[in-house]
Amino acid sequence: MTERYEVAILGSGPAGLSAGARAAQRGMKHIVLERHDIYAQTIQRYQKGKYVMATPDNLPLRSDISFAAGSREEILGIWGEQAEAAGVNLRYGANVQAIEGEKGNFRVTLQGGDVVEAANLVLAIGDQGELRKVGVPGDDLPHVQYQLDDPEAFENETIVVIGGGDSAIENAVALARQNRVYIAYRRPEWARAKAGNITAVEKANQGDNLDILFSTSPEKIETGKIVMRTPEGSREIACHRVIARLGGIPPRGFLERCGIRFPADKNARIPELSLTYETNVPGLYVIGAPAGAAVIKQCMNQGYEVIETISGNPVEPADEPVLAEKLAGLPGRPPVSEALELIRQQLPLFDELTTLQLREFLLDSEAHLLFAGEPVARTSGKAGTILLIGDGVVQLDLTDKRGATQTVTRTTGDFIGDVGFTSGQRRISNVKAATDCVLIEMARRSVVKLLASSPKARDIFERTVVIRQLQDSLSGELTEQDLGPLLDTAEVKRFAVGDALIKEGATDDKSIYFIRSGSVTISSHADGKETVFGVEPAGSLVGEMALLYDRPRTATVTAAIDTEALKIDGSVFKPFLDARPDLRTKIDQAVHDRVLRGVAYQQDPWRGAVADFLVGEGIGEATNALLIDEALCVRCDNCEKACAETHEGIARLDREAGPTFRNLHVPISCRHCENPHCMADCPPNALNRDEKGEVWIDNTCIGCGNCAANCPYGVIRMAVPGPKKPGLLQWLLFGRGPGPGEDEALLKMKKVDKDGKELPKFAKKCDLCRGVKGGPACVRACPTGAAIRVNPADYFQSMGGRS
Amino acid sequence: MTAAATHESFLEYRRFRWLKLGIGLSILSLLPFFVMAPPAGHNGGTWLGYTLGTIGALLILWLMWLGIRKRRYGPGNWSLKGWLSAHVYLGLALIVVATLHTGFEFGWNIHTLAYALMILVILSGIAGLFVYVRVPTLMTGNRRSQSLDAMAEQIVEIDGEAANVALGLSDEFADLVRMSQNETRIGGSFRRIVTARDPNCGTARAIARARDLARNLDPRTAQRAAELVQTLGRKQELVQRARRDLRYKALMDLWLYIHVPLSFALLITLTAHIIAVFFYWG
Repeated sequence: MTERYEVAILGSGPAGLSAGARAAQRGMKHIVLERHDIYAQTIQRYQKGKYVMATPDNLPLRSDISFAAGSREEILGIWGEQAEAAGVNLRYGANVQAIEGEKGNFRVTLQGGDVVEAANLVLAIGDQGELRKVGVPGDDLPHVQYQLDDPEAFENETIVVIGGGDSAIENAVALARQNRVYIAYRRPEWARAKAGNITAVEKANQGDNLDILFSTSPEKIETGKIVMRTPEGSREIACHRVIARLGGIPPRGFLERCGIRFPADKNARIPELSLTYETNVPGLYVIGAPAGAAVIKQCMNQGYEVIETISGNPVEPADEPVLAEKLAGLPGRPPVSEALELIRQQLPLFDELTTLQLREFLLDSEAHLLFAGEPVARTSGKAGTILLIGDGVVQLDLTDKRGATQTVTRTTGDFIGDVGFTSGQRRISNVKAATDCVLIEMARRSVVKLLASSPKARDIFERTVVIRQLQDSLSGELTEQDLGPLLDTAEVKRFAVGDALIKEGATDDKSIYFIRSGSVTISSHADGKETVFGVEPAGSLVGEMALLYDRPRTATVTAAIDTEALKIDGSVFKPFLDARPDLRTKIDQAVHDRVLRGVAYQQDPWRGAVADFLVGEGIGEATNALLIDEALCVRCDNCEKACAETHEGIARLDREAGPTFRNLHVPISCRHCENPHCMADCPPNALNRDEKGEVWIDNTCIGCGNCAANCPYGVIRMAVPGPKKPGLLQWLLFGRGPGPGEDEALLKMKKVDKDGKELPKFAKKCDLCRGVKGGPACVRACPTGAAIRVNPADYFQSMGGRS
Repeated sequence: MTAAATHESFLEYRRFRWLKLGIGLSILSLLPFFVMAPPAGHNGGTWLGYTLGTIGALLILWLMWLGIRKRRYGPGNWSLKGWLSAHVYLGLALIVVATLHTGFEFGWNIHTLAYALMILVILSGIAGLFVYVRVPTLMTGNRRSQSLDAMAEQIVEIDGEAANVALGLSDEFADLVRMSQNETRIGGSFRRIVTARDPNCGTARAIARARDLARNLDPRTAQRAAELVQTLGRKQELVQRARRDLRYKALMDLWLYIHVPLSFALLITLTAHIIAVFFYWG
């Protein structure tokens, strides 16, 4: 059977459905071919209840099908209804076998022999491709599945999860709540999962319900069991279910078989496309993820645009007016396409982005034109933005931890706010244009995405951050040219907890280390035991003594938490210092300071032990930590109550939990890390960092729980808002309503609203009582002085006997 | 942020500011008392007596305001530590102020009752102060970095171990393990909490009984029995620690159950005292 259409659309995801709806609206004879028996398969596969974002907010949606942020179910429901109402001709189970022909006469052969003929062909097949099968006998038995809709649907089963990616881990951890789960991964350790997921699965592994099987791959699957190859030999596991999450096969192969050309790079995922998404084969279009669309809205817009183009009515992209406005600040007001080219030429940061990616990036950014002398103000109101200098010179004041201020300049291609991007230590103020400037203000979320998608951008950015850190630590007067030789020979080294960077007594090692993130302890060996006499946080230089005084290593330097350090060869650093006597003096003095601190520590070995304990608890990476002196703490929990009273009835600290060493107790409470783990993966960018270092969550939180999972210290809670409270005197005199503090019983009860709908939970964490007069309520409300919030560097220093 | 980088106790708040002020107030009250010699002798009815009485009454009201203050968590540059420091030292100074106010005239009347109640309130406060200074350190030492929940979990674990060890012994031993499991209580009555003792503790009895039973056994069984005694001994140690933890917590709360009601009794008596004085004015 052969049917003929004006356009055939392969795939019924957001791009395909939107194209189908437009074609139906235009009265084009069309068909949407869907391989599965349901539309939008990728989104159908999202976990139940997943909240789908509609970013970027300022990108207009141009489609006959509507789309707004909401739960997976809501969105799919709307799409289904609207596609039907629009009259989209959707054919399910259409598995495409071959594509032949040319414009005006394409022939699409389906499994089963049916042929669809179309004048134009739109490939909207997504980038998930086909799900990878286990590839062993029995991998299509009914108890083997390749996706998991609702982990709560299974109970008291034995389930084997195969795979080591994020979906495999997330599924395994969720299933382990009420099932016996094995997760089998062919590698000897986690290689590609997010840190938060690794923490979660390792934690679950300590419980009774989940076992991790590394270096294990399936051999065969039979009804009721799976046989696996393990390092110890073959192992049979009786199970109710096998869930394999092995990712998809990228669609490039399929596209190439259709005759579509790709750029020379063999890793390229995006084919050569015209601005109207046409491939080198006339009449054959690619839209959606394989065309570089990064978000659902872009896919839907492309679906609309491609049909308009085919029907002879080419439209400018939906984001054109928005971008035109954003880029209006550029000198000479060039048209958008020229402005984009200009930006790309001027800034190597964007080299690897496709035009579509660059457009999306700029949608979230803001271009500013400033005249010489004008102060730079950020428009977003969030301090988390980064300024990229598109052209010109900018002057700014830097204030370091010790309060010393220094004026520096930055030029084209440079960033402002980059260290603050990851670190809370340095303050930038008085930013102004030294010459006429073009600045691009970039949202944190976009930068994170940019760095993830372009290795070159990542390199450029990382290098800049390292330069800033070195300037911070050594001298702000050093330029990139000065530091270049150090960086070119430097090696980035990662150390796990307990790994030694430097070993006492070593004579052959003259490298110095610059601590980029993490912290280290400095210890020496005497009387048969190791005594800690110092702690160095991120931003410190260690190992200079052996180099400067040409002697064996005087102390051991150990990573107190996971630490990343830049190893600089002594033979490069020595001449660098010799050429700069001022810097050499500064380093000599820093060494003297450290030696003196060491003496104070050695006077009282407990100090070292306490410092060691604190650093081991991750306090070294904190910028502001809550510490309780248990010799003073009368366990009244007024700190928790004050916290709850200041923050919607929900305490963001747990006084009793957390480790104690001697009398020093580290309660569960946010430390406002130097490099906040929680900020690593926040879809709506709701986590912010202020100039003072406080990390806080704004009201755009969607309750996804990523931050809570990523926090290694367990200080973020997912909670519904607390109950309303009466005035204090009403409670005190008449016993009305819940009293001060968090009412756990009430919090537990109040899970549904008055319509019986489950209340959403949002992430709650300490915000250092940001904007509250008087500072952290927990400290103000402590009656005995047991609770203090301190910058650990200051605390260590006061422990060292110096003020 | 102005907060210091180290811990500072409420007693030494701002280099003992309130201690100095408390001593100052006491001296200021003592000086005129010794300098002046009223014709009818010292009593509450002289102008000095009225002045000291007014200061004392206002102090009492202000000291009691702490109960409200500590529950008000609103923004502001207040520090509860500062308030408590002032509460302690000014409360102690009140002994001097109020005693001088009496002019050492005591009798079986409402006036002396108010004074007596005030002294009791202050004494209970001193007891509380003693508890606050002493008990937190004891509590931390007793906990050994283990929370009460963790202790409870470990106790359950040891119960399991003990049951396992008892498997290799006669039923009588198994009964003892069961007794230890079912009849060991942590907390309970007021007396048990405050003394941290249970004269009828199932584990203590089980240990004593197991030692009795473990006489003259063959070497293997004897070793097993000793192992059981050791396991129960570990449990007993944990149970005792948990009991002490509750005791310490109770001690830190208990004194307030005396201090606060007495304060209210004082407030009522003080009101009666003032009304009586003005009723019989002249």
